[in-house]
Amino acid sequence: MRSVLPVLTVVAAILGIWYAASVWMNSTWTLDQAQRAGTTPTFSEMVTDTLAQERPKLPAPHQVARELWETTVEKSITSRRSLVHHAWITLSAALAGFAIGTGLGILLAVGIVHSRVMDMSVMPWAIASQTIPILAIAPMIIVVLNSVGVTGLLPKAIISAYLSFFPVVVGMVSGLRSPDAMQMDLLRTYSASRAQAFWKLRLPASMPYLFASLKVGVAASLVGAIVGELPTGAVAGLGARLLAGSYYGQTVQIWSALFMAAILAALMVGAIGLVQRITLRRMGMAR
Amino acid sequence: MTRPVIEAQGLNLTFQTSDGPVQALSDVSLTIGEGEFVSFIGPSGCGKTTLLRVIAALEEPTGGTITVNGMSPDAARRARAYGYVFQAAGLYPWRTIAGNVKLPLEIMGMPRAEQEERAGRVLDLVELKGFERKYPWQLSGGMQQRASIARALAFDASILLMDEPFGALDEIVRDRLNEELLRLWARTGKTICFVTHSIPEAVYLSTRIVVMSPRPGRITDVIESPLPKERPLDIRDTPEFIAVAHRVREGLRAGHGDEV
Repeated sequence: MRSVLPVLTVVAAILGIWYAASVWMNSTWTLDQAQRAGTTPTFSEMVTDTLAQERPKLPAPHQVARELWETTVEKSITSRRSLVHHAWITLSAALAGFAIGTGLGILLAVGIVHSRVMDMSVMPWAIASQTIPILAIAPMIIVVLNSVGVTGLLPKAIISAYLSFFPVVVGMVSGLRSPDAMQMDLLRTYSASRAQAFWKLRLPASMPYLFASLKVGVAASLVGAIVGELPTGAVAGLGARLLAGSYYGQTVQIWSALFMAAILAALMVGAIGLVQRITLRRMGMAR
Repeated sequence: MTRPVIEAQGLNLTFQTSDGPVQALSDVSLTIGEGEFVSFIGPSGCGKTTLLRVIAALEEPTGGTITVNGMSPDAARRARAYGYVFQAAGLYPWRTIAGNVKLPLEIMGMPRAEQEERAGRVLDLVELKGFERKYPWQLSGGMQQRASIARALAFDASILLMDEPFGALDEIVRDRLNEELLRLWARTGKTICFVTHSIPEAVYLSTRIVVMSPRPGRITDVIESPLPKERPLDIRDTPEFIAVAHRVREGLRAGHGDEV
């Protein structure tokens, strides 16, 4: 409970700065309008107007909150204007991509740890893959997959897997290599096989590393799914909302989509944290 | 001497390091008989751990011959000739104490019922009965090391190789574990090779003390202990004990030559 006060202080400070910035950034429009009408607004009139514009440069927090409420709670989730509907479309692609990325990442890590050839050949490519801007490669993935008849969720999932496999590879390689020389020597004194060393030592020892990288990977997979919606003129999903919002200057819609993405990411990271706690407790590794 | 268990003849081992070759073992010849308790003592770099690792087939000698139970060390390892206790307990944090003791038994493919029975028996032997279902972090350092000894005993190897197993423990715990180890040795009749850098520990435990010195790692003295098999802790104040300890110290000093 002692942490409540500092947390609330930080939230209040952010809201304060946000409101101040809204007033400052939106005042140009207000003053412009007033000048055309030949009036001079009082300070309080100006503040009221800046916080209630239709298309503000920076929407005020309560405008974003209202938009979020209207598009999630007050709309039926099957409606095309429901943010829950769009969030689900993005989330399903992100989760599929995360599953693909995690599976691929674990497989690559197992290969890298057990084969010197893979260690030397795969790792540089994995690192290189992450230096290419995802915005540059996403349209190509979509176009290539489209030409072979793959459309819908899968192309987006692959872009999100492209981003999320990397932290899993890096984390799992360190995790599978975390047993020290003494631990490996101990297994040698039992004449244990490589498979036994993997299942009995390397894999359990890698679990804390796996969960740390899953948390990074799941957030990356959401970014991937949203980016996958941008260059393709997708009609649904959070990426589509962002794009449509920027076409029509609907800043409130952009901000509410951004907040929805942040909420989704927080929920997914939280879910992994929960699985982590349960798993480590079952393994007896939680104190 | 009893039936020889470990026989080393003119053993050499040179490590190739980036600083050039390092001779870890130089012309080491030694025979260890069944049921002996042999300590290897010397300063760091004298090759005592390397010698133990050669016996365990964890290192390959570059010269000389060595047999364990009449076989090559590698064959002896596959025949489960020895249990190895490291300086750190190295228990798996995700396994209970009993689970850790069963680890080698699982790897060797023993039936479950037998694993259970053996784990219970060896935990009893190291006085850890009742801790089967605890996790390593719930035990003190000394208890963890006892569990690791139980793990090395679980598959009934006739040789116990111990590499400074009590080095990281405080003196009081160490004294207790030394006493327990002697009792365990008397009850099981195992051949024990024990690496240490503590003179009192070596003299208290051993029937024979092998004094080694560095650069190159070699044996400088082998001391037969005149102490009786029954050894209460206060034997360390007797003149016989002090005389043996003195000879070990002399051997260590001679091995160091002019460097000290």
